[in-house]
Amino acid sequence: MKTRYKFLAWPYIIWLLIFIIGPLCLIVYFGLTNEEKKFTIENLSIVGQYTSVLWRSIWIAMISTIITLIISYPLAFILSRKKAKIQSFLMMLFILPMWINFLLRTYGWMTLLENNGIINKIFGLFGFGPFQLINNKFAVIIGMIYNYLPFMILPLHSTMIKIDQTIIEAAQDLGAGTWRIFTKIVLPISIPGINTGITMVFVPAVSTFIISKMLGGGSNFLIGDLIELQFLGNTYNPHLGSAIALVLMTIILMCMSLLNQFDTEGKEDMLL
Amino acid sequence: MFLEREITALNKNIIVKLKDLFVVYNEDIILDNISLDINDKNFVTLLGPSGCGKTTTLRIIGGFMTPNRGQVFFDNKDITNVPAYKRHINTVFQRYALFPNLNVFENIAFGLKIKKLSNKEINNRVFSMLEMVNLKGFANRDINQLSGGQQQRVAIARALVNHPKVLLLDEPLGALDLKLRKEMQIELKKIQQSLEITFVYVTHDQEEALTMSDCVIVMKDGSIQQIGSPTDIYNEPKNAFVADFIGESNILDGVMYEDFLVEFLGNEFECVDKGFDHNEQVDVVIRPEDIKIIDSEKAKISGIVESVVFKGVHYEMIIDSCGYKWMVHSTLCEEPGTLVGMDIKPIDIHIMKKSG
Repeated sequence: MKTRYKFLAWPYIIWLLIFIIGPLCLIVYFGLTNEEKKFTIENLSIVGQYTSVLWRSIWIAMISTIITLIISYPLAFILSRKKAKIQSFLMMLFILPMWINFLLRTYGWMTLLENNGIINKIFGLFGFGPFQLINNKFAVIIGMIYNYLPFMILPLHSTMIKIDQTIIEAAQDLGAGTWRIFTKIVLPISIPGINTGITMVFVPAVSTFIISKMLGGGSNFLIGDLIELQFLGNTYNPHLGSAIALVLMTIILMCMSLLNQFDTEGKEDMLL
Repeated sequence: MFLEREITALNKNIIVKLKDLFVVYNEDIILDNISLDINDKNFVTLLGPSGCGKTTTLRIIGGFMTPNRGQVFFDNKDITNVPAYKRHINTVFQRYALFPNLNVFENIAFGLKIKKLSNKEINNRVFSMLEMVNLKGFANRDINQLSGGQQQRVAIARALVNHPKVLLLDEPLGALDLKLRKEMQIELKKIQQSLEITFVYVTHDQEEALTMSDCVIVMKDGSIQQIGSPTDIYNEPKNAFVADFIGESNILDGVMYEDFLVEFLGNEFECVDKGFDHNEQVDVVIRPEDIKIIDSEKAKISGIVESVVFKGVHYEMIIDSCGYKWMVHSTLCEEPGTLVGMDIKPIDIHIMKKSG
């Protein structure tokens, strides 16, 4: 039985080779060669010039991820305590914006945040403003939170619905107040969801280029924009682009392994 | 109302007192003025079919629900609005509700850590509790490595380790197989007696209720039908519902001619009940094991055996007499189709007021 159906795995393996392993090898190849197809680490050393862009990307993505987590966590918990019907309805409301094109959604924020946009007009009615809401870090972070919120809520919600209400009642029964129930029961059980959520928000946020381009103005150039420039811009330089992508990938991998470390440490701590 | 008076007359040492509990949910009356005294150190069982309000009553005692009306007293103090985590009552939940992120030891120690006991004290209490529930050596096991019966024991230990005055148990044996359930029944009773803690036990299994309880409270549709010892409940059911729910019964329509004389199935029978109106319509309840199979010519009622099922200790026969199908338990086996007579002693004919 076991071996007879092995051939069914071949399409996946071929897919993996052509669309994942292959491109990855190409990135490594391009990143470590120059135009004369000779091996060089020059590209990587050029990336060093862009450290400030890298830091800004990581910093903005981190802040966005943390705010997204803070917004999503109580939301996902409250949602998970509702009746199944209400849950699926509310869940749909949260996912609904994802049915609209990413670009359109971000454009929407532009019209909201512009100097003569809707928000400033409302402020104007009360005699305030106009405030500078667009073309700054604030706008980029808002754009990230808005676009990636569902990716945080979904994994959090799916771990939290596994926390049976009677488990919470049992904790109450044994004398635990709200804070203790949260720190000793709900939080430890939902750590896998938190990890998935952070990954699913942080990774696209750190490498985005549309949001920063549309809402950040010229001054909030992110690593994603830099990569885009190497491939689609006037400076066409796939070698440097690949090198930056490689560095970014390494950084993301490091962040993720750090996160996993935290997870296992948490588990060990629980066992003590 | 007379039920209440009867119980307060016993008035030993009331630990939990429920007064006129009333609960409505979605316009359905879940509890209809439940009043109840629970004596200290007793094994009290709330018994009834699903939806009778027994679990709701338990949840109100535990503090997981507040009644729309009515009060809960614990040790003579009104605790109606005291949250669950401040009550000196612990619960064993239906599906155990163990903390999946903690191991056996941590689960049991959870309540003690909140009370900020010293590590030494926690260790002592947890390990002696593990010994009591036969889980020695399981302290470091993961919860999902345990079988249902073992999880159940952890749940019991987790509640008892806090030395509650009252332990609430919500159908704790429901998920176990029959053999394990019987073992646990005996164990639970032993634990209750050795620790001298009041147990309030919820079940729909009448046999379980009769085996373990000092006092059984039979409930139906949000109201109490009868309160009494297992023997009382079984031998002197207050109404046809109780009689039918506790064990199996033949319930017939009858007419009470006068004191000690009842008519059913066209025959007059002597009985031991009195105090009914002349010609009052009543329910006549007769237990299957109280019917003796005799020669049909000597009997007041006779019928044709329809089916016989061997039940181990006895045969269960369905006997058709004038259209009423009697259930009879007998050690004798009669072939289906034979005509048999049935003899019932006056003391075994239970007369009950028609309920509703």
